[in-house]
Formats: sequence, C-alpha cells, structure tokens
Amino acid sequence: MTIELLTGGPRPHRAGAVATTAAYARRGLLKLRRVPEQLVDVTIGPILMLVMFTYVFGGAIAGTTGDYLQFLLPGILVMGVLFTAVQSGVTLQADRSAGVVDRFRSLPGWRAAPLVGAVLADSVRYVATAAIIIVTGLLLGFDAGGGVLGVLAAALLVVVFAFALSWLFTTLGLAVRSAGAVQGIGMMAVFLLVFVSNVFVDPATLPGAVAAFVDVNPISHLVDAVRALLHGEPAGPEVALALAEAAAVTAVFAPLTARLYRR
Amino acid sequence: MTLAIETAGLRKRFGQVSALDGLDLTVERGVVYGLLGPNGAGKTTAVRVLATLLVADDGEARVLGHDVRREAEAVRSRLSLTGQYASVDQDLTGAENLALIGRLLGRSGRGARDRAAELLAAFDLADAAGRPVKHYSGGMRRRLDIAASIVVTPDLLVLDEPTTGLDPRSRADVWRIVRALAAQGTTILLTTQYLEEADALAGRVAVVDHGRVVAEGTPGELKASVGAARLHVRFDDGGTAAAAAGTLRTAFGLEVVHEPGSGTLTAPVDDPERATAMLTELTRRHPPMTGFSLDRPSLDEVFLSLTARQEVPS
Repeated sequence: MTIELLTGGPRPHRAGAVATTAAYARRGLLKLRRVPEQLVDVTIGPILMLVMFTYVFGGAIAGTTGDYLQFLLPGILVMGVLFTAVQSGVTLQADRSAGVVDRFRSLPGWRAAPLVGAVLADSVRYVATAAIIIVTGLLLGFDAGGGVLGVLAAALLVVVFAFALSWLFTTLGLAVRSAGAVQGIGMMAVFLLVFVSNVFVDPATLPGAVAAFVDVNPISHLVDAVRALLHGEPAGPEVALALAEAAAVTAVFAPLTARLYRR
Repeated sequence: MTLAIETAGLRKRFGQVSALDGLDLTVERGVVYGLLGPNGAGKTTAVRVLATLLVADDGEARVLGHDVRREAEAVRSRLSLTGQYASVDQDLTGAENLALIGRLLGRSGRGARDRAAELLAAFDLADAAGRPVKHYSGGMRRRLDIAASIVVTPDLLVLDEPTTGLDPRSRADVWRIVRALAAQGTTILLTTQYLEEADALAGRVAVVDHGRVVAEGTPGELKASVGAARLHVRFDDGGTAAAAAGTLRTAFGLEVVHEPGSGTLTAPVDDPERATAMLTELTRRHPPMTGFSLDRPSLDEVFLSLTARQEVPS
C-alpha cells in the first residue's frame, strides 16, 4: 500500500443546507438505482390486488369489472404509494443499525439534511410507483375523465401525502430496533387504514362503528380527492382537506423524527 | 497551543450502568494518543461524547478548545470519527461513498470525485472503487471507513477500535495508515483493547477501566510503573541454580526467585547496568551458565495489574 497525498489540501467552505440536502437526496437515488428490487417489492402487491379485485370481485361488487375498475384504481394508487412510504422508515432504521447515522451526525452542516434528503429521494419512488399503477390501470381500461391534468394532479396529491406520511414511518424507524419490525408494523398500519376506508367498497353498506371510522380516516379523504381528480369531478374541498391532513402529519412527525435522530 | 482534547469529570450513565465515571483526559496536539481498556471500560462512550454524538450527564469536554455541547458544530467541523462499526453505505460503491462525504463537507462534484479517486488509490482500493461496499472484505471496508474520515483532513482524527475483528494483514495495513497520518501531523485518538497496538502506535496511553483513567503515560512509563526489569539465568542443574540464587541474595541483597529443583532463577533488576555485575559474579562463582535473558514486564502485565477486576462470586 502506498500512502501518499493523504492530506487533502485546504478545508473547503462549509457546505450550505441546500447542498448537503441535495447530496443526501443523491445518495437515496443512488441506492434506489443500485437496489431496484425495493421498488418492485412494494409495487407488485398493489398491481396484483388491482388485477385480482377487478376481475374476481369487480362484477359482484359493482355489476361489471369495468365499473369496479373505475371505482378501485384511485384507491389502489393511494395504497401503492403509501406502501412505498413505509420504506423511508425501513431505510433509516437500517442506516442507524449500520452506523451510517453516526457518521452523518458527526459531520458539520444542517442537522436535518440527512432526513430531508432521504425523504426527498423517496419522493422519486412515489412518482415511479404512481406511474406504474396508473399505466397499469389505463391498460386495463380505466377511463380517466379528468384527462392528463386530472391524472397529474391526482398523482401529485398522492405523492405529497406520502411525503407527509413518510415522517410517521421515519419516526417509527427510529423508535424500534430492527428494520424488519419497521416493515412489519408499517405495512400492517397502512393495510388497516386502507382496508377500513373507502378504497375497496362504498362505505354506505358498512356497520355503524366501521362506517364512522371510515368517515374520519384520512385515507378516505385522500381517496375521495384522488377519485374526484381522476374522474374529472369537482375536487376543491376534498383536495384541501387531504392537504391539511398531510400538513398536520408533517407538523407532528417531522420534528419528532428529528428529535429521535439527535438522540 | 490549545489542547486537542481536554475532559474533566466526565460522567455518563445508561440505566444502572455507569459508562463514564469521572473521566479526565488531556491530549496534546500532534500526538497519537491511545485509550486502552477492556470491553465495556467506557472507551466508545468517551469517543461518542467527544464526537458530539452523545451528551454527557456531567463534566466538561473540550475538543481543540471548543466545548462539545455549546460549540458542537465547531467540534464537528474539526473532528472526524471512524466508529467501531464500518459506517459506510453498503449499497454504494467505495467511490460513491467517499464522493458523498466530500460533497457533504463542501467540495464541488468534481472536487469530491477527484479526492475520492486519490484516497482510493492511496488506500489500495482503486480496483474496488466501482464495486458496492457490501462486496468488500472486512479490511477493505475498514480502510474505506478511515479514508472517509480524511476526505477533508481533520484536526483531530478519532479511531474507535480500528483493528477489532481484522485479520493480521489488514491490521498491519491500518497500522501503516495510522503511522502515515501521524507522520503528517494529524492528531489521532485511538481506542483499543490490544496492548500491543497501543504500544506500537501511541506516544501516550491512558488506561481506562470502569469509566475512569487508572493510569496515564508513555508506554515505557506505564511498564516501568509496574516494576523493575527481571534477569533470568539458566544453569545445567537445580543445585547450581540454588547456590547461584544464594550468592545473589547475599552479595546483592536481592529477592531472588528460585523454585527448588529448577535450573532457572529470576532476580529483579531495578538498574539494568547492575545486571552486568550480577552476571560477572555468577560466571566467576558458578560456572557454567547455560543462558540468561533480561526482560521488562510486558504491557499485558501492566494492563492486567491495573484493570484487575474484583471477582464477584456468582
């Protein structure tokens, strides 16, 4: 081993918050490119559900499979992207266990940059997941009444909501001791919220207590908004409510994540 | 010149366990300083407090004049930590890992890539630059981890057990890196549980046990503190050895150790020059001598005598 040039010249100027956040985001994207399976893992489930539910239950639930696809696709879009959000917590937990978090925390710079960078990089995965599900839906014959603008707006809304919800999973990621636990608990939570919502059926037929939960479930509100946007119906209040809930989740869990990260 | 590290009465508890129990350290700049202690002595806790990863319950700690709590950002910009567990990203390549650290420390994209290539070459990792780190051997990973700590030359480099778990060749590589960095004037704080390592690398050593410093000095001073050098003399038979032991006792007034029947005697030598006189006397009065050796207590013996733990009956 020849050891020369070990000193790296003068110390560069301290990196700003934007530059460090961008560097962390870049790292997230490199990891995604290196391990594309993590995207396939979480996308294949919703795609299978979309196909199976449409062709197995569709006729029974909505009369025709085509009608059910119109109803189901917006909910599957929400479910798929929220599954992807769980991965933010899994990644952070893995970083912590591997000692990578220690390295980052011992570097100078904006304290929240590693978190914000990672979550921003995850947004790219949300966009990819959303695109895959929407394209599959269109191939199956989904009629997007909202047109290109409606589809883009719906995808954007889901991505923003997932971005907010990922702070919940990063908090979870720092609170438990293994990546497997984050995956298990996170998926279970999304699954429950998605099933006890208006994703699969019209809540009008549900028993009182369940219907009451569906009514206050933020996932239902998000699905209402996404459905309206995709179908090209007026969606103003629904979108506003979903965005307000996304802001509330971020306001609670982003600071909580930052606090746990510093510990 | 300000000190590299200065701690006073540092305390940290984790539940019932007292990891740091009044740790006092003074480390000058420009030295390799060894923090030596058994597992669980508090070395890693001390290092994490210095690197601002952990806040102590009580006491003061300054790194290069900056308080680790009130001026944490200044500490972070001058200290680099290589933790006990390789803290590089397994999914990224060696080059990507180093370029990432370079960017985080303010280098431009090209500057960060150039510096990464330079370090990979210097650390014998150029061939593996484009491979994901998860395919690296333990030694390669550790070298990359140390390289990540000097992407921008720190004023204080902290290496937490840098050779634990490495094979002998990789350990020798790390030693060479530490020596090269020290030769260029980087102050290094190194924790280790290997006495041999502290002896080989560190100019000064603090022996840590139960969260406090139990001895401090150069490796030579520490060895001297435990006791005198010892002269071992061998004879053909036990009778001659016994007679020789008697001669040394009467002529030099020494507490000579000789097991009945053994051909070897051991005598303490506080002044090594006195050994010449002792050997001359023995060759004159009890020939033939078959051999002799002079040794100092090993750092192992120092270590064991300093960190002797009370045996608790279970």
